[in-house]
Amino acid sequence: MALLQVEDVGQIYQAENGEVIAFEHISFSVEQGEFISIVGPSGCGKSTLLSVISGLLPATSGRVLLEGREVSGISPHIGYMLQRDDLLEWRTIWHNVLFGLEIRHEKTPETVARAQALLETYGLAEFRDKYPRQLSGGMRQRASLIRTLAAGPEILLLDEAFSALDYQTRLSVTDDVYGILKREGVTVLMVTHDIPESISMGDRVLILSARPACVREILNIEFGAERSPLSCRSDPRFSQYFDHIWRELKSDDTAS
Amino acid sequence: MTPHPDALSPARRVYLKTKRRRNRLVLGCQLGFLIAFFVVWELAAQLGWIDSFILSQPSRIWDTMTGLASNALPMHIGVTVYETLAGFSLGAFIGLGVSILLWWSPFIARVAEPYLVVLNSLPKIALGPVIILIAGAGARAIIFMALAISLIVTVLEMLAGFVHTDPEYIKMARTFGATRAQIFCKVVFPANLSTLFNSLKINIGLSLVGVIAGEFLVSKAGLGYLIVYGGQVFQLDLVMTSVLILSVVAALMYEAVALLQKAVERRFGGQKTH
Repeated sequence: MALLQVEDVGQIYQAENGEVIAFEHISFSVEQGEFISIVGPSGCGKSTLLSVISGLLPATSGRVLLEGREVSGISPHIGYMLQRDDLLEWRTIWHNVLFGLEIRHEKTPETVARAQALLETYGLAEFRDKYPRQLSGGMRQRASLIRTLAAGPEILLLDEAFSALDYQTRLSVTDDVYGILKREGVTVLMVTHDIPESISMGDRVLILSARPACVREILNIEFGAERSPLSCRSDPRFSQYFDHIWRELKSDDTAS
Repeated sequence: MTPHPDALSPARRVYLKTKRRRNRLVLGCQLGFLIAFFVVWELAAQLGWIDSFILSQPSRIWDTMTGLASNALPMHIGVTVYETLAGFSLGAFIGLGVSILLWWSPFIARVAEPYLVVLNSLPKIALGPVIILIAGAGARAIIFMALAISLIVTVLEMLAGFVHTDPEYIKMARTFGATRAQIFCKVVFPANLSTLFNSLKINIGLSLVGVIAGEFLVSKAGLGYLIVYGGQVFQLDLVMTSVLILSVVAALMYEAVALLQKAVERRFGGQKTH
């Protein structure tokens, strides 16, 4: 059975000047350990879709199933990472990492030890007692990821998680984060507006149409098991995937 | 952690030296201005350029101060400080409580908004007679006045800070399933520590205004009482002495709040990256 099933989900929101249909009839499923990228024209409600899946926002229609159970409200099985690292400036890295556990009242010796192990594995142990402002953008993003992972999610939602970084940092951070996620065996759903990023990280790319968004295509990306986000950028198939996605997204422009 | 002086480049040494000299110069000018002010004042009074009966003079102020010090001055200072601190703490606690309530319930905040705006622009001293009737002509009325002056400002300032807390921080906390109480305690309040201290700094001054205004109305003791009394019996030395002491007291209380802020920020690593 699929880990996550999105069934005919739609979202309508009420604005001052009328109803806006963000997306409708969206269905797809995610297998354990998969990495799915979601791309779509800007303003098509990609981020809203993630908010619905996370339970932050109730869907107006359809349902989201996690391991067969319907998601209602924030699920402890889902981790959510936002565009900015959102590390709290008044907490040390260590206390930032423990934030999620604190909120959920899950600060037990085991979970704390796990958080410490994550810090050590991913090279942040020496920055444990530093404040976020003393770290570089890439390090901060990594600390933010560890904060999310420390809460032990089975599925991770990344909402444009790298777009606040400058290009060079971004390339190395995506490589870094990808490695961490694969090693931890986390299932990931990532929203991005960056086509190369979606190809370089995703096992599958979900292409959304313009608003009201629906699933236009789900593209399988095949680079083999030894891939990394950086190495596959030089693969000849990379540009074919790019052209394909580009045309799909572009066809919306000409249609409307 | 200062590196050994030999490790500094000549340019760096020059830079540091210039900076130190500039700081000393500023301090020197500040002190010099103060001393010059008193010297000119004293001379002008001695030489008869100004009427020392009305404007007093430093030597007479000194005599008044030492004369009073032996009997009643410490008591009067104590009364004013006590009333100010009481009004200030009440204003801070009640103001904080009300602003938390208004943050908690945007509905109540919207209902309360016009009242807050009117109360904020209303000169609270106009309520003086009413306050005296309610609280009695004594220290309680004075504390009440200090509270009335500082409360609304605290509420508005803190509420604005709470409401403008970075929404991304709040969203992040919500993704972990934070309740509203957790969001407040772990995100909104710590994010507004500097707002809190800014409002406390404004409040200590406002409370003093309230206390002096209160003492003008119902005077039995305190620096405000001394000023009014001095004016009524044409003892302008007493008025000037009280004003001088008042400015020192005000500065000391402000510094106390600033020191508290430093201590709290060191404890909680709350220095902002501006």
